[in-house]
Amino acid sequence: MKILVAVKRVIDYNAKVRVKSDQTDVDLANIKMAINPFCEIAVEEAVRLKEAGIATEIIAVSVGPKACQEQIRSALALGADKGIQIETDHISDSLNIAKLLAKVVKSENIDLVIMGKQAIDSDNNQTGQMLAALLNCGQGTFASKLEIKDQKVLVTREIDGGLQTLSLNLPAVITTDLRLNEPRYAALPNIMKAKRKPLEVKTPQDLGVELKQHTKLLKVAEPSKRQGGTMLNSVDELIEKLKSEIQGI
Amino acid sequence: MPEYKAPLRDMDFVLNEVLKAEQHYQSLPGYEDATPDMVSAIMEEGAKFAEKVLSPLNQIGDQQGCTWADGKVTTPAGFKEAYQQFVEGGWPSLAHEVEYGGQGLPESLGLVINEMVGTANWSWSMYPGLSHGAMNTLDAHGTEEQKQTYLTKLVEGSWTGTMCLTEPHCGTDLGMLRTKAEPQADGSYKISGTKIFISAGEHDMAENIVHIVLARLPDAPAGTKGISLFIVPKHLPESLSESNGVSCGSIEHKMGIHGNATCVMNFDDATGFLIGPPNKGLNCMFTFMNTARLGTALQGLAHAEWGFQNSLVYAKDRLQMRALNGPAEPDKPADPIIVHPEVRKMLLTQKAFAEGGRAMIYYCAQLVDKVKVSDGEEKEYADGLLAFLTPIAKAFLTEVGFESANHGLQIFGGHGYIAEWGMEQNVRDSRISMLYEGTTQIQALDLLGRKVLMTQGEALKRFTKIVHKFCQAEADTQAMAKFVKPLVEINKEWGDITMQIGMKAMQNRDEVGAASVDYLMYSGYAVLGYLWALMAKEAQEKIAAGTNEEDFYRAKIKTAEFYFARILPRTRSLVATMTSGCESLMDLDAEHFVF
Repeated sequence: MKILVAVKRVIDYNAKVRVKSDQTDVDLANIKMAINPFCEIAVEEAVRLKEAGIATEIIAVSVGPKACQEQIRSALALGADKGIQIETDHISDSLNIAKLLAKVVKSENIDLVIMGKQAIDSDNNQTGQMLAALLNCGQGTFASKLEIKDQKVLVTREIDGGLQTLSLNLPAVITTDLRLNEPRYAALPNIMKAKRKPLEVKTPQDLGVELKQHTKLLKVAEPSKRQGGTMLNSVDELIEKLKSEIQGI
Repeated sequence: MPEYKAPLRDMDFVLNEVLKAEQHYQSLPGYEDATPDMVSAIMEEGAKFAEKVLSPLNQIGDQQGCTWADGKVTTPAGFKEAYQQFVEGGWPSLAHEVEYGGQGLPESLGLVINEMVGTANWSWSMYPGLSHGAMNTLDAHGTEEQKQTYLTKLVEGSWTGTMCLTEPHCGTDLGMLRTKAEPQADGSYKISGTKIFISAGEHDMAENIVHIVLARLPDAPAGTKGISLFIVPKHLPESLSESNGVSCGSIEHKMGIHGNATCVMNFDDATGFLIGPPNKGLNCMFTFMNTARLGTALQGLAHAEWGFQNSLVYAKDRLQMRALNGPAEPDKPADPIIVHPEVRKMLLTQKAFAEGGRAMIYYCAQLVDKVKVSDGEEKEYADGLLAFLTPIAKAFLTEVGFESANHGLQIFGGHGYIAEWGMEQNVRDSRISMLYEGTTQIQALDLLGRKVLMTQGEALKRFTKIVHKFCQAEADTQAMAKFVKPLVEINKEWGDITMQIGMKAMQNRDEVGAASVDYLMYSGYAVLGYLWALMAKEAQEKIAAGTNEEDFYRAKIKTAEFYFARILPRTRSLVATMTSGCESLMDLDAEHFVF
């Protein structure tokens, strides 16, 4: 079984996000970047399937400028076998990414795609779903448990009402939730081996995908600052205030 | 709860920008793998481990400590599991040879990882730290068979190691040691004796412990020329379930580093194997003495960094009193204490010692690499320079590390004295660093007596020439004048004072002892002055070339300015005291001290 994991380069979850002074975007200069935590969970799950003898090859794919090779190398250090970077400086929205991934799934004969349910930068939560639609295959989103049985994949999903288990035919797209697993730390020898693993660079043209601008970023602003509170003397006063100042209560 | 964040940006600055690690590694045979992207990937993973696994165990280690019962030592909760993870991560193998299972990476990169591991949790870091010493011994002096049997297991991490030197009656003066080694018909030896203060001598983290023991052969000459080195495993490799006459009699109850087991080790006819030539044990030990001492120098940096990080958070958060020039944050009930000059002084002192100490250790670590893999003149040159800088790094950095840890505590006011904040632990843990691996006073005698005066000042000149060259090259750089001018003066004065003490020592050897610690501290401030000037130069160039990290580089220049204004002048009083002659120390009769 060949598995594709998608990895995205995002701002490290520990880093403080700043907005550019002209409000055109988030300021990425000198900020620590890392692999998206949900993607890391996807890599870990794929590696576990390989260790269990179910997966035969894991391909880690990232879309973006050369810098995202760092995140591919991280995935390779965790246990992926091969990397593919799809080179583009274009700010790609979810549909573009899904189209690019769909082409790789086809050309590499992928049986299972595991990816994060969302990236912690833009929190879109749609690439996996779009990819499944483009591939016309089953999708198991927000996975908290994964099992492969008789050429089917059993996915336990976290939904509002509790847990739901789906049985999907292969190929399928799985998106990971936080509780699927706890990613390991990369071992030193594997960090070194990662450097020697193959990493292909492709362009959208190579894959025959024309990138289109489906969305437009208008403005980025910091959340408004919290206003200072007022101390009230009694519950009655509070009720009075709620009545007079906040409509609709 | 106090916590540790690996200062990756500053580490990168020192390693790659100031000390040009890429050129350094590419110029040495066998280190081609240490490319910038690889180094950075390794550092990031090491940082994760230090921050997430080791840092949370630091306070637990202090509170629980190690416990001893019936010869068995139990380490604090979580220590064993963390060690297991460390082994699974392959970290013990970093700087060891590929043929014994190592990764063959440079020793200097190992020190960078050790910095993070040690700052996050010094007590824990000593377990793999001691193994490293044992590995270096085996690597340098072991036979092929000994390496295959013991080194591979240590590199893998499934066994740990110790260094057994100290005995109840001899610490600094190893010539007095008594542990005996009786030759046996099969070529092995029966080792008998008691060793004390053995860090990581017994614990529950690994299945076997390889002790490197200093002992005497029956026909050995008296004193230091009659000491041999032996491998004495806790269990013989062929019978891991049986005891080999090695037992832990007790563990010490001590001021700090509670998480590390400091053991009394009893050897009762334990089977051991000679390593290196007979009676040359001390010489064998000296081959990597510099590396070991650098490992302890690191502890000074560790406690300075830890204290700085945590007291900085507190100083920005704690509201108390108003700024002297009027409220800085009028909307708050008081200003954060970082507005006060004296609080800033304590913070900046820690910052200058932590970051400067990092530069000093990384600088020495590159010399360690050169000694290890280069040859001929380059090796000889690096070896001499390292020999000169090592006692300075060890004693100076641990002294200022302790000072920094104290500043960290002080910034917390009364809360610093309360265990929960972790600041008093930092002070207690740091105190040992000025004692073990040669006390400050021993390092000072080594520096002034053996390294400087016995080479007729050659070792010192090797370093002052570097400073001289730097000052000459920067002589016309206007922005560097404030650093270069004082540096030129110190550099000249350093030589003059050395000459002066040397002259007096020809009449009276006590003059060396009486000047030694002040001389060492003076040398430390001088070396750090050079390194801060180097960092300021790098930062100025980056700003001049245009950067979007201007704040970062400006902070480096400001810290260098602080160092030259408020730390380097400490050399003035040191000059006065170290040239004041030995009479003030020696004249009082020992019997009259009580009066």
